[in-house]
Parts: sequence; structure tokens; C-alpha cells
Amino acid sequence: MSRPLYDRPILARHQTGLMNKFSRVASMQPQTHVDGVPVQTLIEAYGSPLFVFSEKTIVARYRELRDAFARRFSKVRVAWSYKTNYLDAICRVLHREGAWAEVVSEFEWEKARHNGVPGERIHLNGPLKTEATLRRVLPEGTLIHIDNFDELALLERLADELHLTPKVALRVNLAVESIPAWSRFGFNLESGQAMTAANRILTGKRLDLVGLHCHLGTFILDPASYREQASKLAGLANELRRAHGAIMSFLDIGGGFASRSKLKAQYLPGEQASPSFDRYAAACAEGMAALDYPAGSEPTIVLESGRALVDDSGTLLSTVIANKRMPDGQRGLVVDAGVNVLFTSFWYDHDVVPAQPFGGISEPTVMYGPLCMNIDVVRDTIQFPPMRAGDQVVFRNVGAYNVTQWMQFITYRPAVVIIGADGRHGIIRKREQLETLLASEEVPSWL
Amino acid sequence: MQRLRDLAISDTGFVFDPFSGATYTVNGTAQCLLDGLKRGLDRDGLVALLRERFECSDEDLPRDIDDLVQSLRMFGLVPGGFEVGR
Repeated sequence: MSRPLYDRPILARHQTGLMNKFSRVASMQPQTHVDGVPVQTLIEAYGSPLFVFSEKTIVARYRELRDAFARRFSKVRVAWSYKTNYLDAICRVLHREGAWAEVVSEFEWEKARHNGVPGERIHLNGPLKTEATLRRVLPEGTLIHIDNFDELALLERLADELHLTPKVALRVNLAVESIPAWSRFGFNLESGQAMTAANRILTGKRLDLVGLHCHLGTFILDPASYREQASKLAGLANELRRAHGAIMSFLDIGGGFASRSKLKAQYLPGEQASPSFDRYAAACAEGMAALDYPAGSEPTIVLESGRALVDDSGTLLSTVIANKRMPDGQRGLVVDAGVNVLFTSFWYDHDVVPAQPFGGISEPTVMYGPLCMNIDVVRDTIQFPPMRAGDQVVFRNVGAYNVTQWMQFITYRPAVVIIGADGRHGIIRKREQLETLLASEEVPSWL
Repeated sequence: MQRLRDLAISDTGFVFDPFSGATYTVNGTAQCLLDGLKRGLDRDGLVALLRERFECSDEDLPRDIDDLVQSLRMFGLVPGGFEVGR
């Protein structure tokens, strides 16, 4: 009889404690392919670590979101949130589907224009709108979401100087139950500040108030929050109609829908805890029922989604560098992708699985990145099977914010590829190299 | 080493520590090493035992032995300063 194959010895202590009625048996399966392409092939072709995006998933998520709202509202617009992932290829997939752009800086506005989005199909949001930026974007008809009274005054002056009537929206912050208010953005509803700003715009007639906008927050797991938000936004629209006869052409409910990732403080995994787009849309429709507009003048519902559209389409392939035994008995697994590229590991417990078939007993494991920094932990304790140096792991649902918030720190940022709907794959951002960084450096003549 | 010798280990890899009441699961190679350690084998003896019972390729067996011994130390199953004899 042949001898059994050797695998690394494992002594796993059984954890004792109260039984948890909500718990489930984790049945980890390897992920050997991404959209039909072997992980091994991708890493051999483009190196490790490697971000891989699925065009098929981006399109599917976009259509799911659009359709969920289109079933309930006659006019729906998705304005793709550039800050979530502004790689051209990703943006173009979404624009091809019909998405407008939601940008929060001149840089992002330039990106959107570079991607062929007409100026009048861009919502310019956020607190960063300099006079120079506004002078540039106003003649192109970009929609300006006003954040504060200084910006409002600046816009009125520019409207006079440029002989334009800019189309603007009022960003409003409001209180809903169970979510901390994002009161730093826009004009407060409850204090009357939003009404004051709207009165000034509507009586001044130098700006064309075409929309109201509220962004509740981020990763909102309770759809009921949108019911309350939509109802309050509709209430403000009703008030403006009564006071001024003003009809908004759009009501923008912002973003904040959850992806299938799992927040660190969250108990249930993403696929159980995150509401479907349908539930968000249903809640929003219930709230919008409060809108008292004449038939035929229904406003477009604008969605500024980012994370929920692209997070689930991105995976990060990474290679095991080493195993370590930690003083608390856990296994330490050092992988070649750290918080420098997987920035979202600061707030998510990422779903990570081996990229090859595995056997053996799973142990409590902490995953460290390659940085010589103590904070470089990409996954807190997880039951993980034995891995060898050179094996690969797959981090799932990492498509949002990582390739915008990542850092060039200690090492180069990796390549990013996309797998097309037909299985073709290609690079959409090259791996950095020394020349990439030296291109923006200069050494003064005296050094 | 008495605590290690007192461990009850089933054929299927279930380990019971009568001293603390704690239980563990071990895989085949760890079970083999516990067997060798109970018998007082030194490092070379443990390596030979693994090679005899398992199909080993170019594995770094001394590294894996040290890793298991570190776990035994952390769970208090061998004394804090315990090292496998060379």
C-alpha cells in the first residue's frame, strides 16, 4: 500500500463557548478561475499581486440597479461615481451602458470628459470646486451640486460674468433614523438652511435650480433609511413648488448601497446582510410617493452609485510568501498584497479563498501583507487551510475604492486587468516600475 | 513531558488533554510527530519517522517539526523551554 502524501503538521485547538444560533458552517471552496480564466494563467501573464475585473459582472450589476429602479420610476439616471474606480476601461463599460458621471474634483471631471462624457452629462459634486474649476466646467453645461453659501455666491458671480444661467442642484443633508447624519455636506434640511438656500436661488434667478440631492452615507444596510430620505426630499420639493412654483427635473438620492463585502463590525456575511437593489428601490419608491407633482412632470431619479456597482466585479490575486507561527498560536500567512493595494481591508473582513484545491485542517490564520509595517494586516483571523509559499489566494469583492485609494508605498502598485464578456483579457493599468515613479521626480542642479 | 504523554489521541486525530479538558484536532503528520515525541525521539528520529510513514518530496521537515513544537509550547502541552533534541 502506498504511503499517504505528506502535508504540514497541524494541531488545531477546538474553540469553546456558547453555541451561536446565527452561525453557519463555513465551507470554503477554492476559486481557481476568474470568469473562466485560470488564476495561474493570469498571474503568469501579468504578475502578482494582480487586480482582475469582470466586465460581465459590472454590466450585470449596472443593469440590475437600473432595472430595479426603472420598474418603479418612469425616469431613472445612474451617474457613475468616479471616485470609486476611475480607471478608464471601467468607466467606459459603465458609460457604454448609459451611465452619466458623478465627479467630485476637476481631475475626475477631466477623466469623465476624456472618457467621452459630454459636460452636460456630468454631476459635479463635493466641497472642492474652485473658481478656476467652475469657470472651466460651467460653459460645458455641467450640473453643479452646491455645497455651501460661499459656493452659491461664487456661482452667482460667475453666472453674471460669464452670462450664463448654470443648472444647479442643492445638496441637502437630513436626519434619518439609525444613520449618523452626513451633515458636513450641503445644506441642512431640518434647520431651514436648505430652504434658505433654495429661496435665494429661486428668487435670484441667476441660477437654474433643477435638482435636489441628498447622499445619506455609505454602506447603508437598512433600505428603510432610503424611504425616509426620499420622503423628506419629496417634502422639500413639494415646499419649493408651493412657494415658488418650481418643479425639479431630478431628485438625486445619492449612493451608499452596500456591496457584498462585509464590514468588520458586521455580523452576517455580505451575501446575507446586503439588501438587493430591488429592496432599496422599493423603499425609495415608498418614500417618493410623498411627492406632489402634476402628472407628466415626474422628476428623474438620479442614483450616484459606485461601490455597489463595481465592488463585486473586482478580485485581487495574491501569492503566499511565507507561513509563520504567531505567539498566540495563530498561523500568520504573509502574502504579497498589503494594505498599500488593498486599502479597504482597513474596514472590511474580505472574503478570501485559496486559488488551488486544498486539503488538511483549517487553522485560525491572520493574513499579513508584504510591508515592513505593523499595520499591514489584510485579513484578521479567519479559518484557513494550509498553504505553501508560492500558493495563490483570491480576495473577492474588492473592485471599489482600492484602485483609487491605493498607495505607492514601499513597493510598486500592481497591474490591473479586465476580463471581457467573451473571455478575452487585457491590461487596463500597467504595473508600476521605477521609471513610472522617476518620471515625476526631479533632482535640483546642486544635488 | 508528562502532559504530552497523557494526551489521549484517537485514530481519527481527535486529541483530549485530561489536564485541562481541552480538545484538539490533528492531521496525520501531527499525529505521527506526537507519537514520536511521546517516544522521546530527537529531531533526526522524527524526520526519519515522517519519511517512513509519508510520501515526502522536498519538504522542509525540521521547519515543520519546529512549528508543531511551537504550537505545543503555546498550548502548554510541553514545558515553555522545550526543544526537540538534536
